[in-house]
Amino acid sequence: MKHIQVVNKGRLCETANKGCGECQTSCQSACKTSCTVGNQHCKQAQAK
Amino acid sequence: MKNTHSQIHKFYLNGRYIVLDVASESLMQVDQMTYDILDDYHLKSDEETLEKWQKTYPKDEVEEVIAELHELEEQGMLYAPDDYDPMVYQNYDLIKSMCLNVAHDCNLRCKYCFASQGDFNGKRDVMPYEVGKKALDFLVAQSKNRHNLEVDFFGGEPMINFDVVKRLVAYGRSLEGPKNKKFKFTMTTNGMLLNDENMKWIDENMGNVVLSLDGRKAVNDRMRPTISGKGSYDIIFNHIKKMCDIREASGKEYYVRGTYTKYNLDFGRDVEDMARQGFKSLSVEPVVTDPSKPYAILEEDVNAIKKEYDRLALAYLNQEEEGLDYLFYHFMVDLNGGPCVYKRLSGCGAGRDYVAVTPKGNIYPCHQFVGQPEFIMGNVDEGITKPEIKDQFMEAGLLNKPSCRDCWCRYFCGGGCHANAWNFNHTVMKPYEVSCEIERHRVENALMIKIVQDERTAED
Ligand code: SF4
Ligand code: SF4
Ligand code: SF4
Repeated sequence: MKHIQVVNKGRLCETANKGCGECQTSCQSACKTSCTVGNQHCKQAQAK
Repeated sequence: MKNTHSQIHKFYLNGRYIVLDVASESLMQVDQMTYDILDDYHLKSDEETLEKWQKTYPKDEVEEVIAELHELEEQGMLYAPDDYDPMVYQNYDLIKSMCLNVAHDCNLRCKYCFASQGDFNGKRDVMPYEVGKKALDFLVAQSKNRHNLEVDFFGGEPMINFDVVKRLVAYGRSLEGPKNKKFKFTMTTNGMLLNDENMKWIDENMGNVVLSLDGRKAVNDRMRPTISGKGSYDIIFNHIKKMCDIREASGKEYYVRGTYTKYNLDFGRDVEDMARQGFKSLSVEPVVTDPSKPYAILEEDVNAIKKEYDRLALAYLNQEEEGLDYLFYHFMVDLNGGPCVYKRLSGCGAGRDYVAVTPKGNIYPCHQFVGQPEFIMGNVDEGITKPEIKDQFMEAGLLNKPSCRDCWCRYFCGGGCHANAWNFNHTVMKPYEVSCEIERHRVENALMIKIVQDERTAED
């Protein structure tokens, strides 16, 4: 493509069959005061 | 007219035109023409879009842009459908994560401590082993078939009650085999009581260690004095440094974590100061507090904070030139191994799959609600006695909050901090807009950083 450079082809749609709930609660990671779920890691993805 | 509420988000940062497709999380860098045309592409017909933009740009190029946008749309990378069902997430009727406040007492007097300077609006108290044991039993039972459990030793200062921590870890481990569970233990400490012996134990037994330090000495000492009112920096610094060195050597997770307030809106300098001291894994966060406090972050501070994230983001990208090597928690977004959309829809989990337990055994929705009696959901003897509190947090899911449903940042943020929402708006249904502005801005910076880092990797 000439005008658009895709940096990341999103995966949110592909993860549509998940939701196992095994991953870490966001406030248990580093912050303890503010929430950003987007920088957590998926246990399923890590296991692969 | 097609529905457009926050299906894409476009922003200009560090000389780049950036487009995020909200529902698929596709990230694109575009030229200025595409950036402009996107204002109309989804709202108007192709003919109307062409008609309008050929006045500004060459017609054949406008046609190319429209064709490229269609291609991305067909591939599910633009205006991807957002029809995820939040109920797919499997943790709504279980609890798998716990903040264990093993000491409502502290050897520091940090001014912003949400625990009212260590005494939690009540008297100083440490958790008896029996209460902790019941809390772990409660967690194991409530977690149903969830395998991975998290327990954070928190306070006050948990190291005040270190013997109980050690016994609880041993007890937790003893449950793993028979109950088919795996505990991840975290220690969140101010570093005052760390010594060679307990650091060795912590390194061996803790999955994560969070060490509190606010950055520059003057900044730290202003908000984190000792009981006698002197600064804590000189006492804690070497302890924290040593603990981090141990974690670097063992390759295990740790964070040096600071809080910024109205008093240090140039908090990026604190991040950089800690990086210069050799700490590699950093998290510095805005204070969560009552708006009446003099150090509370208010609307008037937002511009300065945004500018500081912009400055820090550029410095972060150039850290190598400065001889630095660090990670900043809020600039890390994992676009490939990040959480599934259901996890994101479920938000922070407070009061749902995450709870906090006090030394007396009372259960709260999370550590930030501790000390507010109206939020006691139950206790370790009887379990959850007030399911209506849990229901309130269930109700506060991302899609039920109007401001979140329409926010482009929803899948990064997850719906914000309920405690902050409560402090400022007295309802968990309405997030604190100032935190939202900050969150959105740092996510924009994180995405920009991701783009630059990817480019560099591609060049190598
Ligand atoms: S482990 Fe992965 S799939 Fe499971 S809930 Fe967490 S992010 Fe979703
Ligand atoms: S809490 Fe704020 S930033 Fe987060 S999703 Fe809701 S509106 Fe957006
Ligand atoms: S309410 Fe706030 S402090 Fe509590 S778990 Fe959620 S994000 Fe963390």
